[in-house]
Amino acid sequence: MKRVGHPEPARDGDDGITRRAALARVAGIATLPMLLGVFDADAAPLAYELKPERIGDGVWVVRGAQEAIDRKNGGAIANITIFDTSDGAVIVDTGPSKRYGLALDAIVRQLTGKPVVRAYLTHFHPDHVFGNQAFAADAIAAPKGVVDGLADLGEAFASAMYHAAGDWMRGTEVVAPGRTLEDGTEQIGQRRFRAQTLAGHTASDLVLFEETSGLLVAGDLVFLDRAPTTPHADLARWRHSLDALGAISDRALVPGHGPVESGARGVGQTRDWLAVMEETIRNAFERGLSQNEAIAEPLPEWTGRIALARYEYERSVMHFYPKLEAGSWPRIDRAG
Amino acid sequence: MAMRAALKWVTLVASAMAASTATAGPAADPLGSVMWNDMKAQFFGDAPVVFDDRVKVSIPSIVENQAQVPVTADARALGDVKKLVVFADLNPIQHVVTVLPVKAAPYIGLSMKVEQATPVRAAALLGDGTWHVGSVYLDAAGGGCSAPALARKDADWSDTVGHAQGRMWREVDGSARVRFRVRHPMDTGLARDNTPAYFIEKLNMRASDGQSLAEVEIREPVSEDPTFTMIVRLPVSDKALTIDGRDNNGADYRSVIPVAWRQSDAAAAKPGAVK
Ligand SMILES: [Zn+2]
Repeated sequence: MKRVGHPEPARDGDDGITRRAALARVAGIATLPMLLGVFDADAAPLAYELKPERIGDGVWVVRGAQEAIDRKNGGAIANITIFDTSDGAVIVDTGPSKRYGLALDAIVRQLTGKPVVRAYLTHFHPDHVFGNQAFAADAIAAPKGVVDGLADLGEAFASAMYHAAGDWMRGTEVVAPGRTLEDGTEQIGQRRFRAQTLAGHTASDLVLFEETSGLLVAGDLVFLDRAPTTPHADLARWRHSLDALGAISDRALVPGHGPVESGARGVGQTRDWLAVMEETIRNAFERGLSQNEAIAEPLPEWTGRIALARYEYERSVMHFYPKLEAGSWPRIDRAG
Repeated sequence: MAMRAALKWVTLVASAMAASTATAGPAADPLGSVMWNDMKAQFFGDAPVVFDDRVKVSIPSIVENQAQVPVTADARALGDVKKLVVFADLNPIQHVVTVLPVKAAPYIGLSMKVEQATPVRAAALLGDGTWHVGSVYLDAAGGGCSAPALARKDADWSDTVGHAQGRMWREVDGSARVRFRVRHPMDTGLARDNTPAYFIEKLNMRASDGQSLAEVEIREPVSEDPTFTMIVRLPVSDKALTIDGRDNNGADYRSVIPVAWRQSDAAAAKPGAVK
């Protein structure tokens, strides 16, 4: 069980508590102001409780919560994969914070009795890479696009994460991978990791296939039962990547977010979501709806079974509307 | 810093809650903002004010980018509105826009900058001199995965300033829905680097005979490269809408949007009908 984060009663957006309830909470606390200090002093240190699920011989996944980043989950929303090898442990992605990285390092040593000798990063989003600090930079490998993206936006991500996850982030700093990963195969102990850089969720999305286990780690190119995020998405390239993954989707697949199973459902559902999301937004845009009107548009009934469907749809409206406006409206000023 | 802002808000709300229990009544601010009395004095003076849910303010449930928060204010349910004002109590500059809907709907969509959680309000002035106010509370917590570009990277705006893009749709009732975007830095003058205030301060929408359909006073909180959605009663015979803009440096911008060139979209399109 994860402990509740920093006692900051005014926050209400991420956990779906209504404004009214938040005000009531604040009002309740306001009548007992002396409690605030006590609450602060009593707050136990935040601790991630990682529960690795064994998905194969010497292979585990630490599942992320199917939630938005908030002060209760501390940003632990992405899946982390752990491989035991005869030469040391290999992990894919490092989690959302220094604190998480340290907890991950501990659990890996507990499971394998070995330190992490390689941490692959699937892409540059903060819920996947801000645990880097717990590992030797030289053990961390990512494609050039991930390294560059993190150099460019890492600090901005950090401030956004502090904002969203609060005290869980304490002490977290951006750590650049010490190794630039080329596409190809790396042998570590008895295992062979085949790296392929695709794109679409971001400009650089690493997919790892581990040959001895037959496991495909797809990063955020695949979401399952949780709506995909699109702040850096290129939908055409994403579809292209899903086509490539679709060809091998009979294998066990670890999505960036969601349960581990044969890849077909995750690849198909991600493709279906992207289609519905894009079509709904484009349709609203072509009818001249404002962003807020587009946000209020209905989604197909099946999306109700996907965690955070409306939340991510709403975010996607805000990601794509400005691009559609800048990219498709004709010039109307006289100089043009 | 975010934390300090949130805690400040707690303090504000807490004292406001205490105040509003004492003065509970029909004119009490439903959001209990301690700034409400200041806002009332600033925007309405001594005029009568009522809170009215028919004045709708729409915002997203999450702030994805603090520099670009979409806000739609809609007082169409009130009928004949003389003036529509949008403001945010806890913004460094509270006033966002004022619309004079001469021959237009009391409606505007735009994006604005916010620095912290704040009430966002729309106030509609009726012919009897009463202000009708709709309010929502905007929580400024971000999604965590987005990186708001708080400082503009493209310093060389001079090549593109005033460039405009847009479209217009003839609605089934004969009015025209117009959406357009103007390239402009919209600097608030509050940035730490002492960039002076530089923003579009006025838009005037005109029919082909020159008559004014809507006037919009724009203030610093409106986002960079502002995008507006409005609904004007453009005469049915008119082929285009003229938009005249002026910024606080005195530069004039003129745009002309051809009307209803894809009329079928607005009337025929329904969700899911395309593709
Ligand atoms: Zn991601």
